[in-house]
Amino acid sequence: MIRLISILVGLGFTAAVLWAFGNGAYVAVTEGMGEPTAEHEFHLHPHAPEGGYSFEGAFGKWDQQQLQRGYQVYKEVCAACHSMKFVSFRNLEALGYSEAEVKAEAASWQVPGVDPNTGEATTRPGLSTDNFPSPYPNKIAAAAANNNAIPPDLSLMAKARHNGTHYIYSLLTGYADPATYKNEAGETLAEAFPATMPGTGLHFNPYFANLNLAMAPPLISDGQVTYAEGNPEPTIHQMAEDVSAFLTWTAEPSMVKRKQTGWPVLGFLLFASILAFLAYKNIWAGLKPKKAG
Amino acid sequence: MSFPWARQYEPQNGVMKWMDERLPLPRFVYNAVGAGYPVPRNLSYMWNFGVLAGFFLVLQIVTGVILAMHYAANAEVAFGTTEHIMRDVNWGWLMRYAHANGASFFFIVIYLHIFRGFYYSSYKAPREMIWLLGVVIFLLMMATAFMGYVLPWGQMSFWGAKVITGLFGAIPLVGEPLQVWLLGGFAPDNAALNRFFSLHYLLPFVIVAVVILHIWALHIPGSSNPTGVEVKQESDTVPFHPYYTAKDGFGLGVVLLLYFAMVFFLPNYMGHPDNYIEANPLSTPAHIVPEWYFWPFYAILRAFTADFLFIPAKLMGVLAMFAAILVWFILPWLDKSPVRSGHYRPTFKKFFWFGLIPAMAVLFYCGGAPAEEPYVMLSQIATAYYFLHFLVILPIVSSVEKTKPLPNSITEAVLGSNN
Repeated sequence: MIRLISILVGLGFTAAVLWAFGNGAYVAVTEGMGEPTAEHEFHLHPHAPEGGYSFEGAFGKWDQQQLQRGYQVYKEVCAACHSMKFVSFRNLEALGYSEAEVKAEAASWQVPGVDPNTGEATTRPGLSTDNFPSPYPNKIAAAAANNNAIPPDLSLMAKARHNGTHYIYSLLTGYADPATYKNEAGETLAEAFPATMPGTGLHFNPYFANLNLAMAPPLISDGQVTYAEGNPEPTIHQMAEDVSAFLTWTAEPSMVKRKQTGWPVLGFLLFASILAFLAYKNIWAGLKPKKAG
Repeated sequence: MSFPWARQYEPQNGVMKWMDERLPLPRFVYNAVGAGYPVPRNLSYMWNFGVLAGFFLVLQIVTGVILAMHYAANAEVAFGTTEHIMRDVNWGWLMRYAHANGASFFFIVIYLHIFRGFYYSSYKAPREMIWLLGVVIFLLMMATAFMGYVLPWGQMSFWGAKVITGLFGAIPLVGEPLQVWLLGGFAPDNAALNRFFSLHYLLPFVIVAVVILHIWALHIPGSSNPTGVEVKQESDTVPFHPYYTAKDGFGLGVVLLLYFAMVFFLPNYMGHPDNYIEANPLSTPAHIVPEWYFWPFYAILRAFTADFLFIPAKLMGVLAMFAAILVWFILPWLDKSPVRSGHYRPTFKKFFWFGLIPAMAVLFYCGGAPAEEPYVMLSQIATAYYFLHFLVILPIVSSVEKTKPLPNSITEAVLGSNN
């Protein structure tokens, strides 16, 4: 009885799902599998800068000079619009700054505070224990200043996108003129998808998910940031590479420590597994004489 | 119950003797996982996964209790406290990655454990109760994992909670009030986050309780084995300790190597980048996908794209998704074959390897893919096969199949018939 009912229920579910399949197949045959979209034809996958990054791979390490340069780009360019609320000034010691340098650096930022005499909201110089402040007092102010698009917090950006480090680098260097930019098929956006041309206040970038984003190109000329002596030329590509490295560090300051901890753990486990295997074989070997008898 | 030749516990000294007469806990352990539990001597590595699942359950509880010390279940700060764990808590990043990847590995070993049961019909008499309790554990695990994924309060947390609780909204008449009652509001917010945290802390201990029943039920008939022939004599078995403690020790080492390779080198591989964006009720992610271990059932849910007779498509999908797991409960009564092991069931074996396994692979893949063609049509075919397999093919094949001859005993299967 239970099997008869089961067979009927099973056939019922099968009929229902095949009915749905038939509906879908009918639409696919009569209307095709869907038109190609602008996102599909023009979107590019992020790529690494030439030479990659020092922290990539299982043995990767931070390049402190690069992180310092990246911090400088963040401070002088990105921080005008983007907050970084999960990162504290004290964290900067990991970039090779001394305690005194971090204190001085923190003091060069203004953070929200309370006037000790009147109790009114004011600003004060930052302390090492403060987190990076937001450039806007609240979301409404952020939206109002940016054509209704709130600049996202950058603390976790490198982890919040697929292949985030390469994404940041590619996005910063990927702005193009939609009138002249050609995709792999050799088409321009204006020819192939005129409806997807960026509207007012939007900027074409093939690395952005829907191709048009509100952020104007932030890195517009070589030498926009002045690097200290002994550093590479601050070309747009160099600045993009440095700031994407810096934002990879802010997204996961413990990344290098994580990888460095991993090797001894795996080494120990490999050793322990070999011992366990030998113990297993040794114990079971005792059963074998029975086989002969 | 145990086999008559099971070794008896003998206290080694006065202290243990004193203990044994008052609270025989050492005797209990000895009989459960010690030398007092005779186990078939022919178990393959597929029999390692029960112990491994137990290990990951304990690991999840230990790391989870530590994470809970630093986490705050409040929609205003939950995302921030998760980042606080990642950045400021000593070894907090290790605890969180160990917990997130531990959930994935718990499901990996459980899926292998369940599919071993399918192939060797571990659900057959006299082991129905072990199987039923196992399905209950799986359902509890899914509920626990779902609520755990909501806690960091990222974009996928929020929208996953919205979609999954929205499934209850498909139930006729009571659906919408039920959904509001479950969430404590019209959308996931503080009320939902708090109750999910409370239940996420509670359910693992319920799982522990059901696991104890699962193992208790296991010790009545004893473990199954790859031949499916029951234990008949002492030479068919070896004591659990040291034989299987040693083998499980090696299995644990191998799985931990894979697990820690993920934790230390690819900790976010099985996660989703969107969950590093704070929950935002006003911005829907482009693709809402649950964690990978839900993908087969998510694919079944989404396969029902057209209303069928008088049943709306969404309700049909919800019914099918729950039915896909509930059908496991009646397997012991659907499969009438007198033979357990798939080794000796040639037709069943073909349907298992060339039907069920490919269908599950397609469902896994399509459940994680966007809801567009060809993934929808592929998952529809796989869903049709899934229900046919368990509810139609299995009852019929198990009744009519001509099985291969079984060995007379486990000893004969291992050592040859001249013993």
